[in-house]
Parts: sequence; C-alpha cells; structure tokens
Amino acid sequence: MKLLVWITAAILFMLTVAMLFTAGWERPPIDSEQTGFRGTGMVEVSNPRIAAPELERQLAAVPTSTAPPPPGGPTAGDIYQNVQLLGHLSVGEFNHLKQAWTDWIAPEQGCAYCHNLANMASDEVYTKVVSRRMLEMNWAVNEDWNTHVGDTGVTCYTCHRGQNVPANAWYASDPSEHTGSGMLGWTAGQNRPAEEVGLTSLPWDPFSALISDGDEPIRVVGRTVLPEGQPIGSTQDNERTFALMIHMSSALNVNCTYCHNTRNFGTWNQSPPQRVTAWFGLEMTRLLNVEYILPLSPILPDHRLGPMGTGQQVNCQTCHVGVPQPLGGLVMTENYPSLLARPDADRFSLRQEDVNIFASVQPVEQVEEDPEDEEEEDALLEF
Amino acid sequence: MSMLSYEKKYRVRGGTLIGGDLFDFWVGPFYVGFFGVTTLFFSLLGTTLLIYGAAIGPTWVLWQISIAPPDLSYGLGFAPLKEGGLWQLVTICAIGAFVSWALREVEICRKLGIGYHVPIAFGAAIVAYVTLVVIRPVLMGAWGHGFPYGILSHLDWVSNVGYQYLHFHYNPAHMLAVTFFFTTTLALALHGGAVLSVLNPGPGKPIGTAEHINSFFRDTIGYSIGELGVHRLGLYLSIAAGLFSALCIVISGPFWTRGWPEWWNWWLELPIWS
Repeated sequence: MKLLVWITAAILFMLTVAMLFTAGWERPPIDSEQTGFRGTGMVEVSNPRIAAPELERQLAAVPTSTAPPPPGGPTAGDIYQNVQLLGHLSVGEFNHLKQAWTDWIAPEQGCAYCHNLANMASDEVYTKVVSRRMLEMNWAVNEDWNTHVGDTGVTCYTCHRGQNVPANAWYASDPSEHTGSGMLGWTAGQNRPAEEVGLTSLPWDPFSALISDGDEPIRVVGRTVLPEGQPIGSTQDNERTFALMIHMSSALNVNCTYCHNTRNFGTWNQSPPQRVTAWFGLEMTRLLNVEYILPLSPILPDHRLGPMGTGQQVNCQTCHVGVPQPLGGLVMTENYPSLLARPDADRFSLRQEDVNIFASVQPVEQVEEDPEDEEEEDALLEF
Repeated sequence: MSMLSYEKKYRVRGGTLIGGDLFDFWVGPFYVGFFGVTTLFFSLLGTTLLIYGAAIGPTWVLWQISIAPPDLSYGLGFAPLKEGGLWQLVTICAIGAFVSWALREVEICRKLGIGYHVPIAFGAAIVAYVTLVVIRPVLMGAWGHGFPYGILSHLDWVSNVGYQYLHFHYNPAHMLAVTFFFTTTLALALHGGAVLSVLNPGPGKPIGTAEHINSFFRDTIGYSIGELGVHRLGLYLSIAAGLFSALCIVISGPFWTRGWPEWWNWWLELPIWS
C-alpha cells in the first residue's frame, strides 16, 4: 500500500514537471502596455518575438500594387458589355482594378476563375455573380462602416489574402449534430476543443446565433442587480457569448481587457474605447453575413456549402487574421479609390441601416447613463 | 501571567539568529527578540503608510480604499510617493514584517529544539506574496504589475489579470493550486471530523483512540495514512496550494502571453491521435 502511495506521488510529480516542458512556452522580456489607471490590471501583454514577425509575414505576402492610371478616356461601360457596377470607371482604371482582383483572389486561375474567356460578358460562371455582390459588400464596408474600418478601409485582399475563399471563414453548424456519441445527449454544441474559439471547450459555433441570421443578443449581463422582469441569459447563452468573445480575442491577438474592464463587462463608461469599434464590428459582421453572404448560398456549387446548405460566412478572424488592425493598418485602398464608395447614383442606399442601428442602441445608452448609477461608478473609478 | 509547566523549557536565553541577548526577553506571554522588534517596526510603519495613503486618497470607505502600484512607465524604478511610491514603501514594509515574523518563529523553534516546519509553512505564504509583488513584476519589467492594496481594488486586479489570459481556469498550475486548496480543506475536515468522532462518542461511551481512526479509514478506503502521516499530508497539501498559486501567476505573462486555453494544444498534438 505504501509503495502504491509513493508510486502515485512520483507519477504526479513527474506530470507536474513535464507540464513545464510542453510546447509553446515563452520567456521574458515581455511587452506590456497600460490601458487604464495604475494597479487596475488594465494591461495588454504581448510577446514582441511573436506578434511583430507574424505581422511582417503577412505584410510580406501582400501583392505589390501600382498607382492607378489617370482618369479620363472612354469608360468601361462604353467599351465592354454587361458592366453593371463599374461602368463609370475609365477603361484604364477598370483593368487596373481587375488585375488587382486577380492578384488578390485568383492568382493561379487568373481571369478564368470568374470569366468564360470566350465571352467575358457572360454571367454563366457563378463566381462572377458572387464577385459582383462582393464588390457591393466592399463598398458597404468602406462607406457605411467607417465606425469600424475607419479611414483604412478594406479591399478584397483584407479577407481573401490571395485565395479563392478566405482561409478564415466558417460554416453554420447543424444543431442536430450537437450531440455526443452513444448515450451522451445534447452537448449544446460544445465540450470539444475548437480552434474558432481559441481551443476552449466552449460552443464551437457561437456565430450562427450571434453574428449571422440567428439574431440573438450577444449581451447576457443584466443591467440591474436583480432580473426585474428582464430576460436574462441562460448558462448556454453565457457560454455562447463567452465563446464569441474568446473568438474575438484570438482573432485580434488581444486579451479581454483590450475592450473590457472585467470588473463589469457590460458597462460602457468603464470600457476602453476599442469596445465601441468592436461593437460596430459585430453589427457589421452580422449585416455582411445576412445581407451579402447568406443570400448567395443558392448559386454556390455543392462543394462550397456547409451542413446547413449555406456558404462560408465571415467572422472577426476573416479580416483580422490574428492582428489587432488587419495588416497592421495598411491602407490598400489608396491605389484603388473606386473601392472606397459606391458610384454616386447608388449612394445612401444603405444609410438607413445605420440609422436603424443607432436608434436601436439609444435605450441602452439611456439606461447606462442613469445618474445614480454613474455617481456610484464614478466614485469607484477614482481609486 | 502564569506559565504552563513546559514553557520553562522554552523560556531560556539563547538560540537567537541575530542580536545576541539584545531583545532576548518576554513581554507577558510574547517572546520579543530582534525580529519581534523588526516585525513591530515594519507593521506599524506599513499600516501608518496605508492610513496616510487613505487620507490623501478620495475615500474613507473601507471597501474602496486602494493603495495602487506605480504606472508601468516607471518600470523598475522608484515612483513619486503619491503616484505609487507609497505602494513601493508598503511592499517593503510588508515583506519586512512577514519575513521578520518567520524568523521570529525560527528563533522560537531553536529555543524549543524543534524542527522548522512552522516557519517553513509560513514561508510558503510569503513566497506566494513575494511572487506577486516582486518576482513577477521584475520578470515583467515594471513594479506596476503588482496588485493594489485595497479590498475591492485587488479583486478588480485579479479579475483583469485573469482575463488577460482569456480563461484562467485553463492555466494548468491554477488548476493544481485550486485542487490543492480544496483538498486541503477536505483533508482538514476529514481529520478534524475523525478526531472529534473518537473523542465524542456520545454520553456514557468510552472515547476511542488513534487505532479507531486507522480502522475507520482502512474500512472505508483500504488505507490509513496514520496519526503522524495525516499531519505530514496536511502540511504538504497546504504548502503545495500556496506554491502552485505562486507558480500559476508567475507563468502568466513572463512565460505565457496568450490565452491559457491555447496552452493545451500539446494535448491535441500528442502523437497518439494527431
């Protein structure tokens, strides 16, 4: 018996020591940036030997681009047939942009990825129809979602990175498959490590519900001490939101305190300003999936469809690829100004969306700014 | 003050580590000693500094008083008194007081001719504290990584630092520390319960012995660690709890900057199934 105790102890000791020799450990010096009052733990910790080389690697892969040709001359609409969105560009500008698309999306297949080379005007290749909608999406992001992308803007490359389909995209999972094997019942779509949610065992598809057509609220924290009649999130809702938040952190290579003061995740007046950018990002992602990406599912071939019969959708990782600002804030739209905004005629078509979103937020702000609340929280802030 | 019979053995001169006979006397039941004086000095000075910090701070609400460490920008240098310098002085006082207390325990052990188990056990707690406010800040390159001295503020710090690594429950050393903390209380409850059960058999019944306890545990789990062994186990479990706590925070930052869930990737990549 005594021997058994010693053997057990020896095994435990060896496991403990072995733990210190697994892969991935780092070492000082470590970079840390203070983002809040001293002593609050509002700090971003990063390893300069991981973050910087990763960004450099991504920037090195960016295809070289040339300055756009001067405007003027005949327009693409005059010369080519079936140019539905870019007819206003000069032929030079048009082809300059098309060349960039090839570099960004189909460097191997070239024009033939979207075009029937015998008849460039034809819409028979589905990817051409998709890319037209994607251009509209690009305009929507740059014009309507300044709140998230700022003046940096996005291009096809922000997501595609030289691939036909962005490497970091997700399929809606089939809820009927959210079960364990054998006698195990419903698993709530969790309990196995998933890369999308930072290798946690949290739900691997928080996206369908929260940033796609599921339309469920991300917020699960109550605004009052007691529920007081408001619906509050279940344990599963909480874990789903936690999963989405872990996804955001992993996608941006930041930690929770980048956007939250964790003493109160829900309150806005103690959160770093990045949280506002992130909030608009979530709203934007949901809109992009619902309005631009999901509607394309019917025209996609079978091998592009997931278990729910829908195509791949976007999440934070699609653009960010593990960097706080995609490509470190590289402004790729500089040489492609036609990607910055819709042609004049179509302007403002989506602005009403913005208005609606702002309107829906209003009540939240009012609750947050309850004077008593604020007084109390201000007092706590003055440590 | 009356003295217990065995205290005569303890109340002898000598056995001091420092200062010879200087403070080698008792005040009432308390042994003073050189380290008793330094304990008193550091704890009074530290407490006074804390009260001073509260006085120049925004509140007297006990929960909200906070003496915060300096900004990270001060690195490992001294900060102005009102911008974290107080925290630095309080930290020095705290370590001074804790270590003095441990050394005073050592002197008493020497007088009694007993082992150093008690000061070693207390030392584990000191190691955990020093890890938090000295070792980890030095490894991270700034005193500002220490935790603030305040009832609520130190909890806020714990929360934020935990969430810097996304999900602290995936930290392997944290798992072990938590397990040791729970096991310590379980072991103490079992031991306390066992002792009380043989000493309180009910009115009119004879009290039991250590052999009764041994029999009880042999019957239940096939093994009894024994009268002396259970105290060894208790010492080991509780020291391990403190040391693994220290380990779990010192690896967070200096030796791991990403989310803790990611650490477990080695498991997924074991050649058995990958």
